[in-house]
Amino acid sequence: MALKFRLNGKEVSIDVDPQTPLLEVLRNDIALNGPKFGCGLAQCGACAVLLDGVSVRSCVMPVQSIAGKDITTLEGLGSATNPHPLQAAFIAEQALQCGYCASGVITTAAAFLEQNPTPRDDEIKQALSAHLCRCGAQPRMVRAVARAARQLAGEDS
Amino acid sequence: MRTSRREFLQSAGALAVCFALPACSRHAVSITGGQAVLGNRLLLHASGAIELLLGKVEFGQGVGTAMAQIAAEELDVNVDRMQLVPVDTDRSPDEFYTFSSISIQQSGPPTRRAAAAARQFLLQRAAARLDVAADTLNVRDGDIYSAGKRTKLSYWQLIGDENIDIDIDDDQAVKAVDDYSIVGESCPRIDIPGKVFGAASYLQDLRLPGMLHARVVRPPAERAQLTSIDASAVEQLPGVVTVVRDGDFLAVVAERESQARDAARALRDSIAWKLAGDMPDERALYDWLKTADTRVEPVASKTPDSTQRKTTATVAANYQRPYQAHASMSPSAAIAQFDGRQMTVWSHGQGMYPLRTGIAHVLNLDIEDVRCLHHEAAGCYGHNGADDAACDAAAIAMRLPGKPIRLQWERADEMAWEPYGSAMHIEVEADVDEAGDVAAWRYDIWSCPHSSRPRDPEAAGNMIYARQKQDPLPLPPAQSIPQPNGGADRNGVPLYAFETMEVTKHLVTDVPIRVSALRGLGAYANVFAIESFMDELALRAGADPMDYRLRQLDDERAIALLERLAKTTNWYQRQTGRGGEGWGLGFARFKNRSSYVGVVMRVAVDPGTGAIRLKQADAICDAGLVINPDGVKAQIEGGIIQSASWTLKEQVRFSRESKQSLDWASYPILRFDEIPDIDVALMQRDDQPPLGVGESAQGPTAAAIANAVYAATGQRLRRLPLVPRPA
Repeated sequence: MALKFRLNGKEVSIDVDPQTPLLEVLRNDIALNGPKFGCGLAQCGACAVLLDGVSVRSCVMPVQSIAGKDITTLEGLGSATNPHPLQAAFIAEQALQCGYCASGVITTAAAFLEQNPTPRDDEIKQALSAHLCRCGAQPRMVRAVARAARQLAGEDS
Repeated sequence: MRTSRREFLQSAGALAVCFALPACSRHAVSITGGQAVLGNRLLLHASGAIELLLGKVEFGQGVGTAMAQIAAEELDVNVDRMQLVPVDTDRSPDEFYTFSSISIQQSGPPTRRAAAAARQFLLQRAAARLDVAADTLNVRDGDIYSAGKRTKLSYWQLIGDENIDIDIDDDQAVKAVDDYSIVGESCPRIDIPGKVFGAASYLQDLRLPGMLHARVVRPPAERAQLTSIDASAVEQLPGVVTVVRDGDFLAVVAERESQARDAARALRDSIAWKLAGDMPDERALYDWLKTADTRVEPVASKTPDSTQRKTTATVAANYQRPYQAHASMSPSAAIAQFDGRQMTVWSHGQGMYPLRTGIAHVLNLDIEDVRCLHHEAAGCYGHNGADDAACDAAAIAMRLPGKPIRLQWERADEMAWEPYGSAMHIEVEADVDEAGDVAAWRYDIWSCPHSSRPRDPEAAGNMIYARQKQDPLPLPPAQSIPQPNGGADRNGVPLYAFETMEVTKHLVTDVPIRVSALRGLGAYANVFAIESFMDELALRAGADPMDYRLRQLDDERAIALLERLAKTTNWYQRQTGRGGEGWGLGFARFKNRSSYVGVVMRVAVDPGTGAIRLKQADAICDAGLVINPDGVKAQIEGGIIQSASWTLKEQVRFSRESKQSLDWASYPILRFDEIPDIDVALMQRDDQPPLGVGESAQGPTAAAIANAVYAATGQRLRRLPLVPRPA
């Protein structure tokens, strides 16, 4: 039976085993590249997406649990022609090495900045502490989130 | 069908530049329109696009952007014209592995000469058309200027629709460093925008029509033997296409990824393994290293003809490092497709050419019938599971001709089966003179090997499938990497000007736990040991640790680097009382021949818990001529953080029978809220050749942390990871 939800602002309908992890549906059925498979255990954060504006781990979330809900992935935040301030800031700060963790970090940061538009650096670090980065780009990512916050607040950056 | 090189490169007009590398039959620049030939370095299209065929692989270290800068500089074009072509054994230069931080040194000069040759040829052609001397012409982004005025000519028009082949000289003239305007600039990385907008950037984003999903099922440890299996129920599960059994190699293939995962779980439950139980006792790991069978190899020996120095004491200490994992963010994956004769493999390994050789050998295919294409995955930091996954996928694809097979290792597969960085036990002893300076230095390293790459047919047995399959290949003998690079002994020879030195490697040859190259190889533990011991000796001599190092160095670049670090950090003004906070210094020149890095780390140690908090890292790097300063800084920052993670947290856990570090809970790494503030400075050394930086910061960082912990607490911690006692 087809399952419906909103993905990046558009209605989607998908006919899969309802126990299929959301990550697999996003990556394999819908062919999105943003959310990544990192552990399948909700430990690393590479698969993070926004569920009704809250960062969740799509690798352990059965797709049936999001029926009728609103999912936002990296792709839904912005595009090359209309970037989200976080995406622009990640480029400006060159805030990634391999970038495999970046989709999860950016989506969690987007939800975080909604809650805390003027964060201190230690608050940013705390907000991202459940995301792992193995290349060691964390200082740049913290700077990028701070830069995006300034831009969202209307300051020049 | 396989595309020939000629067809592959077909375009409406192009200039191809290649060298006499293995894929090239002769020393030539090929400038071609219509059909380009043998363009194995650089391909200028009449459309204005430039393909740069990389010999080294990108994994987030920025090598592609650096190479694009080098080529754009010589061609006088904008960097954004450069299209990076990842390594493909059908068309790319063969530069073996991307390893040892030598990409810029190895791949930079041929890229530079190729671009310079193309520019020179096109300018000569322009000069003839304009009837002026070539040296009156210059180029801006491909447009030709004569005596400062723009002409109607451009590279692209000059290429037209012709096919041109020219020879180039070995001593192809290149730009003077003083004329550089692109090299030396912090060009933004070419790959970053795609990655932040969700463009297809990774192997994981490659989706081939009809692709099937595979999982491997492995025992809890190496050398286990399959004793019973019942796959009949697994074969009936939804979506399962086949269960592969080849000796002890087991895999499942299914239509959907979760079906493959479920089938792998079910198969695992149906198997009994006989475990070897031959892994060392983790609690006695270093005793095991010292008592195992070893091959003793001299590393360095230095004795003065005569000496006036009197030694007054002998000081000794031991340092230890556990097994540590690459723990890449993406577990290894690969895609393979077999058409009945030819095998195509998409892999995130570090060497596509050696991988092709290895897979051909293991699967008994003609090497010409195997094509390996690099696609980036998460950062890899050495020889992880990528090659093994590629071979697994190819072995599965052989059984399902025509079907693209996407093999994904699970997190636990990666953690249990990637080859770790070897545990090491180090004993150091110094005879010191009246001033406390080192007169004689004796240094012994016990370690398993630091490379087991499947680099050639003889080493193909290093791949997991090769050993699990029916009629397995023998395990290749333990490999020792000789100086000057060294494996276990990398950076085992101090850079200090000690009069007498004796450095010896004790290589454990029977290896019960897979090991191979992890970023820096032995350098991480050796620099930790040497620089910790130098700190101990300095304090014993009553000297400042900075002064103590400086007075025993005769390398001018090292001295300049440390003096600058002392100045920028106000080292001599630091608080030296304990009080739970301390500063530490660590320094090395990677491999004693690559870049120099010094690190000052400031830490706070919680007296109640002993927890170490990293507050601030100040690093300085001399990498010679820097291609991309921000890229170098990113590598040093990342190196500091990864090393801090190894140094404070990381240790692979195992029992006699099975690996116990299988996920991020059982193998924790440093988190966002644990990183220090980091400041990286670069020495200006444009007169010196470029040096790699990817592995230079790890050793100095480890020692800087240990020395800072001593300064903060008075506890000298000699075993990694560092765990202070509560006060």
